Amino acid sequence: MKIQVVENVLSANEQIALENRRLFDEKGVFVLNFMAAPGAGKTSLIERTIEALRHRLRISVIDGDVASTIDADRIARLGIPAVQINTGGACHLDANMVRSALSKVSLDETDLLFVENVGNLICPTGFALGEHLKVMIASTPEGDDKPYKYPGMFSVVDVLALNKVDLLPLLEFRMDYFRRGVEALNPDVAFFPLSCKTGKGVDEWVEWLVAARSKLG
Amino acid sequence: MTSAPCRFSTPARLPAVLIDSAGRIATVHELAVTQSMLNLALEHAERAGAQRITHINLVVGEIASIVDDSVQFYFDFISKDTLAEGAQLSFKRLPARFRCSACGQEFPLRDGNWICPACQRLGGEVISGREFYMESIEVE
Repeated sequence: MKIQVVENVLSANEQIALENRRLFDEKGVFVLNFMAAPGAGKTSLIERTIEALRHRLRISVIDGDVASTIDADRIARLGIPAVQINTGGACHLDANMVRSALSKVSLDETDLLFVENVGNLICPTGFALGEHLKVMIASTPEGDDKPYKYPGMFSVVDVLALNKVDLLPLLEFRMDYFRRGVEALNPDVAFFPLSCKTGKGVDEWVEWLVAARSKLG
Repeated sequence: MTSAPCRFSTPARLPAVLIDSAGRIATVHELAVTQSMLNLALEHAERAGAQRITHINLVVGEIASIVDDSVQFYFDFISKDTLAEGAQLSFKRLPARFRCSACGQEFPLRDGNWICPACQRLGGEVISGREFYMESIEVE
């Protein structure tokens, strides 16, 4: 006997993500899901953004990593509440992991919640967390061909930050080629070339974020 | 298998990376989705009062980041002692497609060739290729 199912395999995750989102909206918390390859600068961009906004908005961070509390410790040193999720091998965060971590986040005292996903360009795209915005950080040393190699990630994000632009003089990074791939996959993406090291371009991103929050909030 | 506290937690018994006798490597990404897939199939089979699941028919988009072999591999592990043990998985692949943002033409996404065949503009909106759903199951 054949039974028609026609149901998203990840519908359990989608359901929890929806519940997370409802909770965020009810509490007025604007949530960003930061995704990138390992080493692209997720934590660095979060640190820069915290520095720029900490006197205007109350920020909390959830850090996802396979192991260690290195990232949450970095954030905690800034005096910002940070919760570490260790996925124990899993290559992405899912909505249920975030839901569990939320018990340790004071949502009533948070305007902006940054969720730092596990460093990976593939798996996190399939798992909604309940976030308002998906933010991808690419970095120039990774190469200009990444949009062509990882269309799944590049096509799904709302924001693309290209980090480490201070290294461009040392690299053979064809900005035109990179941008053409991005525009082909995701013409509406908000694109920010920046350097977390020098701070160049960070202001543009931060102001855009503040505006996006007030638009959705 | 051990009962998991939720549908998405990684079963503690399985290591993060498994390599089977044929040298195939399965990563935990597929473990999470396979667990979810198994739960969905079992839910529908139990509702129908079935004794056994013989086939699970899946539809997977080209850019959904799902490796068939890897899913099958995990499935064989985690379906043991369930109604789905021994079930055959079939994967229908859906190609990735774009809709041109300039002229609306729909065309396939191909490496290095994302140019609209109608108006020669580059790219557009991805309209299919991310799917991962269960079309049907066959039961006895």
